Amino acid sequence: MLIAAAKSALSTRAGTGRLERLARAAALLPLLAATAGCNMVVMHPSGDVAMQQRNLVLASTGLMLLIIVPVILLTLLFAWRYRASNTAATYDPDWHHSTQLEVVIWAAPLVIIIALGALTWISTHTLDPYRPLSRLEPGRPIAAETKPLDVEVVALDWKWLFFYPEYGIATVNELAAPVDRPINFKLTSASVMNTFYVPALAGMVYAMPGMEMKLHAVINKPGTYHGQSAHYSGTGFSRMTFNFLGQEPKDFEAWVAKAKAEGKDLSRDAYLQLEKPSEREPVQYFASVADGLYSQILNMCALPGKMCMSEMMKIDARGGAGVHSRENREKLRYDNRHVEQGDEAPGATGPASGRPPRSEPEPGTKPSSGHDDKGTPAPAQLNNQ
Amino acid sequence: MMHTDTAPPGTAPVFHHEEEHHPETSTLLGFWIYLMSDCLIFAVLFATYGVLGRNYAAGPSPKDLFDLPLVALNTSMLLFSSITYGFAMLAMDKGRTAATQMWLAVTGLFGAAFLGIELYEFAHLIHEGAGPGRSAFLSAFFTLVGTHGLHVTFGLIWLIVLMVQVAQRGLIPENTRRLMCLSMFWHFLDVIWIGVFTFVYLMGVLQ
Amino acid sequence: MFSNVDLQKLVFGRFTLADIPYHEPILLVTFAGVALGGIAVLGTITYYRFWGALWRDWVTSVDHKKIGIMYVILAFVMLLRGFADALLMRAQQSVAFGSQEGFLPPHHYDQIFTAHGVIMIFFVAMPFVTGLMNYVVPLQIGARDVSFPFLNNFSFWMTTAGAIIIMISLFVGEFSRATWLGYPPLSGADMSPGVGVDYWIWGLQIAGIGTLLSGINLVATIVKMRAPGMTMMKLPVFVWTSLCTNVLIVAAFPILTAVLALLSLDRYVGTHFFTNDLGGSPMMYFNLIWIWGHPEVYILILPAFGIFSEVTSTFCGKRLFGYASMVYATVVITILSYLVWLHHFFTMGSGANVNSFFGITTMIISIPTGAKIFNWLFTMYRGRIRFEVPMLWTVGFMVTFVIGGMTGVLLAVPPADFVLHNSLFLIAHFHNVIIGGVLFGMMAGVTYWFPKAFGFKLDPFWGKMSFWFWLVGFYVAFMPLYVLGLMGVTRRMQHFDDPSLQIWFVIAAGGAALIGCGILSTIIQFVVSIRNREALRDTTGDPWGGRTLEWATSSPPPDYNFAFTPVVHDLDAWYDMKNRGYARPLQGFKPIHMPKNTGTGAIIGGLSVAFGFAMIWYIWWLAALSGLAIFVVSVAHTFNYNRDFYIPADTVARTESQRTAALAGQA
Repeated sequence: MLIAAAKSALSTRAGTGRLERLARAAALLPLLAATAGCNMVVMHPSGDVAMQQRNLVLASTGLMLLIIVPVILLTLLFAWRYRASNTAATYDPDWHHSTQLEVVIWAAPLVIIIALGALTWISTHTLDPYRPLSRLEPGRPIAAETKPLDVEVVALDWKWLFFYPEYGIATVNELAAPVDRPINFKLTSASVMNTFYVPALAGMVYAMPGMEMKLHAVINKPGTYHGQSAHYSGTGFSRMTFNFLGQEPKDFEAWVAKAKAEGKDLSRDAYLQLEKPSEREPVQYFASVADGLYSQILNMCALPGKMCMSEMMKIDARGGAGVHSRENREKLRYDNRHVEQGDEAPGATGPASGRPPRSEPEPGTKPSSGHDDKGTPAPAQLNNQ
Repeated sequence: MMHTDTAPPGTAPVFHHEEEHHPETSTLLGFWIYLMSDCLIFAVLFATYGVLGRNYAAGPSPKDLFDLPLVALNTSMLLFSSITYGFAMLAMDKGRTAATQMWLAVTGLFGAAFLGIELYEFAHLIHEGAGPGRSAFLSAFFTLVGTHGLHVTFGLIWLIVLMVQVAQRGLIPENTRRLMCLSMFWHFLDVIWIGVFTFVYLMGVLQ
Repeated sequence: MFSNVDLQKLVFGRFTLADIPYHEPILLVTFAGVALGGIAVLGTITYYRFWGALWRDWVTSVDHKKIGIMYVILAFVMLLRGFADALLMRAQQSVAFGSQEGFLPPHHYDQIFTAHGVIMIFFVAMPFVTGLMNYVVPLQIGARDVSFPFLNNFSFWMTTAGAIIIMISLFVGEFSRATWLGYPPLSGADMSPGVGVDYWIWGLQIAGIGTLLSGINLVATIVKMRAPGMTMMKLPVFVWTSLCTNVLIVAAFPILTAVLALLSLDRYVGTHFFTNDLGGSPMMYFNLIWIWGHPEVYILILPAFGIFSEVTSTFCGKRLFGYASMVYATVVITILSYLVWLHHFFTMGSGANVNSFFGITTMIISIPTGAKIFNWLFTMYRGRIRFEVPMLWTVGFMVTFVIGGMTGVLLAVPPADFVLHNSLFLIAHFHNVIIGGVLFGMMAGVTYWFPKAFGFKLDPFWGKMSFWFWLVGFYVAFMPLYVLGLMGVTRRMQHFDDPSLQIWFVIAAGGAALIGCGILSTIIQFVVSIRNREALRDTTGDPWGGRTLEWATSSPPPDYNFAFTPVVHDLDAWYDMKNRGYARPLQGFKPIHMPKNTGTGAIIGGLSVAFGFAMIWYIWWLAALSGLAIFVVSVAHTFNYNRDFYIPADTVARTESQRTAALAGQA
């Protein structure tokens, strides 16, 4: 309060306050530099794609600072120099046009944007998540015989399910990959939209129900990295995190072997159980996976009796199924399954959620009476206990 | 009185009008802007239909559902109503109240016929199990056509209100201005319907 | 028993007593505060027998000045609510680490961040902008009022009705948890059952109608009501930016209306526009909402640019540098704002060609924006800058906004966006431009035009306090968020695993507290200024040495604004008049044609609240009844042909001679 009062007193003599602000801005830069050393993962990633994105961030920022810094300095300078109390400064009330200057002030940003636009066009194409990798690291091309690691990612309410089709295993909330081996992700979601984001590995992409996204990346350094959903998806969103293990090839083999040894079977039924909304799901391994499960999830037909999206699209491409097709509607209903099974919907508010309004804690009781025993969402209020 | 903006040389510049200044009325411009914004709502619905129009969800398609002769009849009702509204405006221009009212009534009847046929079509579709919840295509169809129908309903109510007002007060300037606005609205709905007829019905059945 | 339940459903829809959060201490206290405050206000009004005057002079007023003031009051009231939400979020995020859960479970926290975004954009920034445009534009173009004065009153009450619906959700039921843009499928009927999303939909839908109509009104006003001689290239820059803003409103809000209507159909009728199943497409919602949403950003910032232009040229004592290029820049921004929406979801996989197209169009917007910054800069060059409070906000804006602009262009590079999208870097970026641009602009505008509206200046000391608290508070609150974004921390998190992040959130919470001091300073500023109003009194009508027509009339202006319609010869019309020996006319007054007040707007607004509430809670009888009532009142309104009156010439003469006396008194 006092400091601000002092500041405001200073500001009556206009420039002083401004200088102070300049000093603060200058103080901020070393601060940023200092933090760069600790855990700014976006600035110090461990995968080549994220590294290229980091470089792009730095290059673009540098390019823009060429014009931003002079503008800020000129603002402060003019504010100081042409303050009303400085009668020594030129005062030219009718000067309001200068063609040369106008050309400069339009051309200067234009030049920067042309450069940045070119950079954007090139980098957007080279770093397109759909595009297979062309190198492991600068100067390290991908060996011809390298087989990329396929990972199929499913965002569930609120955990991540990873399929490894090559090894026939699946995991929940733990992703592993050998270093320097390209990873081809295919991503989808089983209920609402999410974003798959491992900051150390590569930029994020949406995981969307009924659709498949792709992401190509490679991890260059072994380590345990943080992964998460970056697109709000309901109650358990904040806990929808996982560890991404970048491993030496032999460690990765051991990890796969461990999953095979310890894992359960991910049958369709087990998946349907897993798919129910739940929070803070522990890491789980599955040694075997039902045939075509990922494709069924993608096509929203893991539940028996449902029609797959792929089949629906085939029918639609032929011009639909005619007027005598009422039964198809029930076969294609998908979004209502949580509600029908008595689970709480991811974004439910009162009265549908059955919870007391707002943050009223209700220890030891269930949030809603209609739930079955298995797979109810952990009531947020109980997270502490 | 001084109505020029620039003063003759040698005299002081004129900085105000000494007479009451009457800016021209903004109503028609304002209503036109409103129509353009309404047009954007239809643009969204058309775009939605464009995106979702072939997502039949393994259900019926336009070919299975639409009865072109009926829709053609429907279209002619609306086109005729636009012509008769034009006659009403001509009569209004000549200051003939009774003729104006008569043509407005005819317009209203055509409009009501259009709505009746549309409601019949909707009822028929829903009866066949092709309601708005059946597929994204039908959601988009019902919303686009239904929104147009709602506009026509609103236009009909407006028309009746205006007929009452013309009966009460005659063709006074307020009423002629309102009739002009409704005229724009009515023709606008006609234009939208031509779009619906072409993109939804014709292209749906003849694709 | 069973029939009882049915009867209850019939009468109360899905509302039950359990939906009133009377178990919730925070809300009970808030409610008690609001109730006590409300009773105090109502009591005061009753005690001073102010009801009649309130109804006659304010609620039913079609005077653009009073409506403008009411908009700004609405904005300030809602700012307190939105800021309270911000404090709760900052507090939660600064404690919820590791095993600490914080005090807000996700169920509650998610409503708070949704409400914060919705309120700040729709019920703070929008009323601020609309209010200032409403107040200032007719005065600056030398008009008596807007084109459609009744529509103006109606728009205000629809906006207020929307705000009331959002506020009701605080005490009856719950608000949406589906984020401020309500992305499906999460906001769909299956994923978000309950009243939350419906509160959001109806609040925005009703307020949106008000905004759209107000946009149409102001476009027509600017096109048709300009004083003679005021050609388009002699419009004050604020009027230009207002024109562009309102064109954007007219061209963007119908899209919001349509998209909300489609979502409502999904929720109420069971259609499949945005569902996962049966052919719906949630991605279409992303596109449609941002086709409205991005122009919305410019709807907010353009008037602020206009304010900064007016303030800069007034307080630099200098004509605005590069007027023509300022106008062209505004128009270019207006057009380009429609070609960039996809940059809000580069990560949705549109492919490299589409992404780079939208990335580059976004960057191109920075060219006219940069030109504007330079224009202000060179207006300061060789000026005589008086650092009154509005000018402080302007310089604060110029420094802050370019930083926000830079991070914005950075986010427009798609591969850079891949690592920063949905991160706290993004949050820092848009607060940087919205606080540093829109809010600073509105504060500058309020301080600048306050003496015009009320006849006395705002207290400069508390104005400076507010400015410095806001400025410093902004940097302290949001620079840590940039850093956190670079640490890969994303938005809307109710809890974090990594305790090493905590220090940054604590700093940010401190910044929010500083901003709170800034808001408090503004409140104190109003109180102090009202108490010292005689000392701060302005009798000239032109306290800052203004340049545009609003300063030509008295402060506050008479109902009719100008006794005679001004004739404009030059860009800075009032400066020109002062320069060339304009003599105020003292006689020859004529009766002035004015619109009559009407209660229809307020009544329909009230009925809309009832209608919205009924739809939200499925109370169908009330919905039908209030819908019917809205219809009847609207139709009845059209049967009223007695809508205007004349202010007699001697009343005008009396008002003007009082002003003559006041001017003589101060001279």
